[in-house]
Amino acid sequence: MIINRSRYMTQSIAKFLIWMGALSTIAVMILILFQILKEGLPVLHLRFFLDSPKNMGREGGIFSTLIGTMALTGVAIFFGAPLGVGTAVFLREFTRESKISRVIRFGTDCLAGVPSIIFGLFGFVFFVIQLNMGWSILSGGLTLAAMILPTVISTSEESIRAIPPSYREVSYSLGGTKWQTITRVVLPSALPGIFTGILLSIGRSIGETAAVILTAGSSLVMPTSLFSPIRTMSVHFYILAREGISMEMAYGTGAALILLVLMINMMAQWLINRYIRHRT
Amino acid sequence: MPVKEKIIEKIFFLIALSSITILALITFFIFEEGLPLILKIGPKAFLLGERWIPSKGSFGIFPMIASSFWVTFGALLLGIPLGLACTIFLAELIPPSIGILLRPAIQLLAAIPSVIYGFWGLIVLVPLIQNYLGGPGLSILAGSLVLSFMILPTIITISEDSLKSLPPSYKAGALALGATHWQTIWRVLIPAARSGIVASIILGMGRAIGETMAMIMILGNAVKMPTSFLDSARTLTTNIGIEMGYASGDHRQALFATGIVLFFIIMGLNTLAIFLSRRSVH
Amino acid sequence: MSQGSKIVIKDFNFYYGAVQALRNINLPIQPNQIFTIFGPARSGKTTLLKSLNRLTDLIFGTNHTGSIFLDGTDIYDSKVDLTHLRRRIGIVFDLPTPLPMSIFDNIAYGPKLSRTNRRNRLNEIVEKALRSAALWEEVKDRLHGSALRLSGGQQQRLCIARILALEPEVLLLDEPCSGLDPISTTSIEETLFQLKKDYTIILAPHNIQQASRVADRAGFFLNGELVEEGPVYQIFTKPRDKRTEDYVTGKFG
Ligand SMILES: Nc1ncnc2c1ncn2[C@@H]1O[C@H](COP(=O)(O)OP(=O)(O)OP(=O)(O)O)[C@@H](O)[C@H]1O
Ligand SMILES: [Mg+2]
Repeated sequence: MIINRSRYMTQSIAKFLIWMGALSTIAVMILILFQILKEGLPVLHLRFFLDSPKNMGREGGIFSTLIGTMALTGVAIFFGAPLGVGTAVFLREFTRESKISRVIRFGTDCLAGVPSIIFGLFGFVFFVIQLNMGWSILSGGLTLAAMILPTVISTSEESIRAIPPSYREVSYSLGGTKWQTITRVVLPSALPGIFTGILLSIGRSIGETAAVILTAGSSLVMPTSLFSPIRTMSVHFYILAREGISMEMAYGTGAALILLVLMINMMAQWLINRYIRHRT
Repeated sequence: MPVKEKIIEKIFFLIALSSITILALITFFIFEEGLPLILKIGPKAFLLGERWIPSKGSFGIFPMIASSFWVTFGALLLGIPLGLACTIFLAELIPPSIGILLRPAIQLLAAIPSVIYGFWGLIVLVPLIQNYLGGPGLSILAGSLVLSFMILPTIITISEDSLKSLPPSYKAGALALGATHWQTIWRVLIPAARSGIVASIILGMGRAIGETMAMIMILGNAVKMPTSFLDSARTLTTNIGIEMGYASGDHRQALFATGIVLFFIIMGLNTLAIFLSRRSVH
Repeated sequence: MSQGSKIVIKDFNFYYGAVQALRNINLPIQPNQIFTIFGPARSGKTTLLKSLNRLTDLIFGTNHTGSIFLDGTDIYDSKVDLTHLRRRIGIVFDLPTPLPMSIFDNIAYGPKLSRTNRRNRLNEIVEKALRSAALWEEVKDRLHGSALRLSGGQQQRLCIARILALEPEVLLLDEPCSGLDPISTTSIEETLFQLKKDYTIILAPHNIQQASRVADRAGFFLNGELVEEGPVYQIFTKPRDKRTEDYVTGKFG
């Protein structure tokens, strides 16, 4: 009896602690959002988004950094998505589990763990210096493309794996070539999953700072071409806060960043839910 | 037709080599830029030297290596129990009403940019520490606290996967033998999933060591050997992040050399984690 | 080689890695007949059907020896155009396999792969295929609705229509009624009867009754071997081999 009681005692204490852990995680999450949004939301007028920063960001808005963020993310997805989806297609449709697929998976897993500052160093020597692209949208975008590659690969591979093998068999049995089977059956069926991966990558690109500041620079001038340097919202936020340029503007930019990331994340989540519900 | 198929396959093969190519390029360029300096001043002076004075040509990164480990250790101290609690909660205890909150909360923790974490640490944690615990506030403690939340998603998603991939018979068997739910979790499920859980912790550790921007904002960046959690500190990553903007010559090479050290640590951790999670699959 | 055969299988062996699934098969198949291959589970029926249009090529680590001739040409010849071969020999699987698209697009999938069919030509093809598979009346008002929402029997007839849209010469049917109710089964069997005059049909039935109902000739398979082959009435009433007799009289299987 006594032993029994102490077993249940332990269980109650343990479960209590776990509840505390889970609840405090939620609490901290909410706290982070709340404390930044509380100060930041009042700054977010339409003008804030549509005015370019003036006086190093003390006044005006964040328009040029918004453009910079979009341009950089666009370049990253433009290069990163085809490479990532292509890799996933190769791993799933062109090869069995083999030495080469293991090497590719290992490379992808390793790349996923490389810290962004290392990507920054790499992008700086390779794109900015060696390929002479300077601090630019292109250098930054290509660096980000390398960074998001593992995410795109693993989400695409996952969703291609989930396609019933019979779809392929049917396509081949109707005289489809491999290419036709991939483009007309495999990729369309995997699209929601691939799109989720791309959304997550967009989120990551928007939030990235270390790699971007070393490869795309931090110029507040409105970009005119892919070779223009730019400042993204994250970099702008970092500079405003760290150099104490304007707390008000920092809060505003931070709130805008959070909302953006929140929106993208919710879209990805919605897709995942829909997709999973569709499957089962 | 088969010729066309062959060409298509070759193209996809080349695309599939992109990630490994990028990894090779990263390795090559970091080494090309950083290695000459290490060889010039000697690996020992570089790794174990305690003075970092670029203007005088002293490039010792030992304090940064030490600080990186202090900060990471601190982050794990809080991150592991919290991560495990959330994992167990999600895999075993979850009442739907809270689950609806916790899952998105963890996904959001993963999605929030690191500069936001840094900023939050700066405006909330740093003043708290300064007021209640003393010291400069910009400190290892602040950094560790922030990091422990940043690594939560890594720890939770991977260890939850390994818990969920256990055969249901484990749980049923233990419960049938009269174990309480908690005993089943603690004595059967967690040990059975341990390689996955350890892998998740190692990956979390890699994430902590590699974090840059948030740490620049809250660590205070002083180059010195840490002696207490209330000291300010400079890690390997923040060293690169702060000085890369204006460094040139030997100084820049020294930053790349710092990158080499960081890269080695991360690759070691990655390989270990990959090895462990492979094992947990079999 | 038998005169007038559409397909001749000659000394054919098939292996999944180390597992031999077909042993030295020799079998001629006449056009405009329904040939049924029956036998207990794992006797190699599916393997034979998939070998006939080389879908087995998709499975990793398979091997074969011997030949299969279609109109006198070895389909395993290296010069054979696989996509062309598979259009000439269509297959319907044991479970309905609609693609996740509309009914129309399912039927048009095959035709669209080869020619640049104009839309109105496609409309014709789709309607004709659906009519031949006795599905047109049931779906003509919802051609652009998802094929996944059809009933099991309808889906299976859709799969037959999808093949017919390619105007193949040979139809392979692998237990096409295995998941279906008796009414759907009857309607598919009637469809097969209609189709027989234009096609060579090889059917793995889902039970002996079906084989005796619809087939002209039958071959009994056991452990990858073709035990015997002949007209249906002979195979089912006076089999030459003891093993066939045991199976058709229900002693095993
Ligand atoms: N993809 C595969 N890999 C390895 N072995 C296989 C594969 N498919 C079939 N086999 C083996 O080949 C043999 C013949 O199988 P097959 O599917 O052709 O038989 P079947 O007569 O169609 O059986 P059923 O009535 O169950 O459909 C079996 O021993 C089976 O285990
Ligand atoms: Mg079969």
